[in-house]
Amino acid sequence: MKKKSITEPRTSYTFDAYTNSEIRRAAETGIYDIRGGGSKRNLPNFDDLLFLGASISRYPLEGYREACNTKVILGDRFSSNPLNLEIPITIAGMSFGALSAQAKEALGRGASLVGTSTTTGDGGMTKEERGHSKQLVYQLLPSRYGMNPDDLRKADAIEIVVGQGAKPGGGGMLLGQKINDRVAEMRTLPKGIDQRSPCRHPDWTGPDDMEIKILELREITGWKVPIFVKVAGSRPYYDVALAAKSGADVVVVDGMQGGTAATQEVFIENVGIPTLACVRPAVRALQELGLHRKVQLIVSGGIRNGADVAKALALGADAVSIGSAALIALGDNDPRYQKDYEKLGTTAGSFDDWHEGLDPAGITTQDKKLVKRLDPKLGGKRLANYLNVMTMEAQTIARACGKNDLRNLEPEDLCALTVESAAMAGVPLAGTNWIPGN
Amino acid sequence: MHILDFNKLSLRDINKTLQGSDKNSFFSIRNPKGSHALAVGINKKITVEVVGSVGYYCAGMNKFSDIKVEGSAGPGLGENMMSGNIHVTGDVSQYAGASGHGGSILVDGNASSRCGISMKGVDIIVKGNVGHMSAFMAQRGNLVIFGDAGHALGDSIYEANIYVAGEVASLGADCIEKKMTKKHLSNLENILSNAYVSDYNPDTFRRFGSARSLYNFNVDNAKIY
Repeated sequence: MKKKSITEPRTSYTFDAYTNSEIRRAAETGIYDIRGGGSKRNLPNFDDLLFLGASISRYPLEGYREACNTKVILGDRFSSNPLNLEIPITIAGMSFGALSAQAKEALGRGASLVGTSTTTGDGGMTKEERGHSKQLVYQLLPSRYGMNPDDLRKADAIEIVVGQGAKPGGGGMLLGQKINDRVAEMRTLPKGIDQRSPCRHPDWTGPDDMEIKILELREITGWKVPIFVKVAGSRPYYDVALAAKSGADVVVVDGMQGGTAATQEVFIENVGIPTLACVRPAVRALQELGLHRKVQLIVSGGIRNGADVAKALALGADAVSIGSAALIALGDNDPRYQKDYEKLGTTAGSFDDWHEGLDPAGITTQDKKLVKRLDPKLGGKRLANYLNVMTMEAQTIARACGKNDLRNLEPEDLCALTVESAAMAGVPLAGTNWIPGN
Repeated sequence: MHILDFNKLSLRDINKTLQGSDKNSFFSIRNPKGSHALAVGINKKITVEVVGSVGYYCAGMNKFSDIKVEGSAGPGLGENMMSGNIHVTGDVSQYAGASGHGGSILVDGNASSRCGISMKGVDIIVKGNVGHMSAFMAQRGNLVIFGDAGHALGDSIYEANIYVAGEVASLGADCIEKKMTKKHLSNLENILSNAYVSDYNPDTFRRFGSARSLYNFNVDNAKIY
């Protein structure tokens, strides 16, 4: 007779169910896991911060009555035509190839409806995106796929991509199954092969070279459009300082919750630092150079709502950028496709095999039938609604803190729930005046 | 002919003049003093001679134009050029023709490392030697080397052709020597003819290109990755 255990079965914290499944998958396939999206770990994040609303010692503004400015100008350091945005939330770079043309169009439509910018990605500029984006940032990436001086001159700003939060120090990968004729032609590569995006630019290394690269781009575009430099959240103090010193108008810092089209899981979850930890070092670098607010700082990576926007701005950012959240607004991982997700062995909310080109929502795919599931007009409207809600949420918080401009929010308006987040954000632990590390 | 003198004009003045000039204009740039980003972003058929050596990114992202540098050029010569021609009478530094989509570059001297990196359709002719990692991840176009090639030639190459008359120190991952067919010999002759190069023996050239074994991820290639 079987002996009955008197204790509950104990699962290992170290070898949890996901870890075990990943070991089995690796053993079975011999291939590391590649997926899209950003870090899924439980990282310190903006939820660990709280605002200190006004009461007697601070004076609040009336909600719905007193104005709270949301406009921001990006790139007025050296360019003659900076971006004038109605809201401090931009759409991050995502490539045609990784996304369908319809998705790129929807992003452009949504951003334009609310007066903000969208950004190209690896693979160049599509006519759908340019045509529907009032303010379009053109990325200069290491691969230079689709890089074209004609498109460069059509851009409203240029973003030199040095790194991406999901994979600091890493390149990209667009697997062959997503390479249709149009994507292949834009990237000057055969159809159906894996397209590796290098991790370094082909014609420069280091900040001294980057300064000359920025000069070249300004000479090509007549010093009209702003030059952004995007760095991954890794060593934000040094990278932001070097980008600013190299002549950038705007620096974008992308934390490890920032998404990718396709990268190794081990890379996404183990390289880089959380977005929360990026902001203060980046701001300090600009302040020490006397360039805070002169070189604008955009923070991205896991921004989800108006509270995140307000917190990033309170820590010193000038704007934020969203990618994954924008795709969710369009319909990514929507429960209405649950049955289709189940056929792919996943669930709505967990789907991240964007590289396989089978996205039921028609966003991260080039499949002719699937892409029709996304109506660019409707998607654009949904994105605009979402951006408006985020902005109003941020305004609500700012007014409660007595601020008539989102960018007047400051670290003094914040406290932290954990010692870790207090140290990372440089704000006091709630109920104390203790800032760890100070 | 219009003379643009760096002793009298700024880089912005000169580039603005070149970019805004009439088609078929001819310019001579004097005293370039190794300036960076000279004659970039030109979008029409004009002819520019530069008397002296230039710095980084000379003739970058140009279309249609003919640029001749009577001297040497710094890193990134003709980067991302779309069409037109560049001729450098001296040597060129790293990354010459990086990600160039079209047109041709002729270098009378030597080219440093990573010549033709990520090239996407440009033809590059180097009458001297090229440094290591040349034609790295080269996607399309032709790299013709009259002299020797450094280590790791054509590493991770895609569909570009490499022709070498001299010695190759070593080949990079997935780059192999391929048969010089009549079609490829004709291709080589056309490239050189278009660049007005005639003093060569086609029989001395060997052809290199992709083995195409790394085109799709395969765990059996893990040691190469």
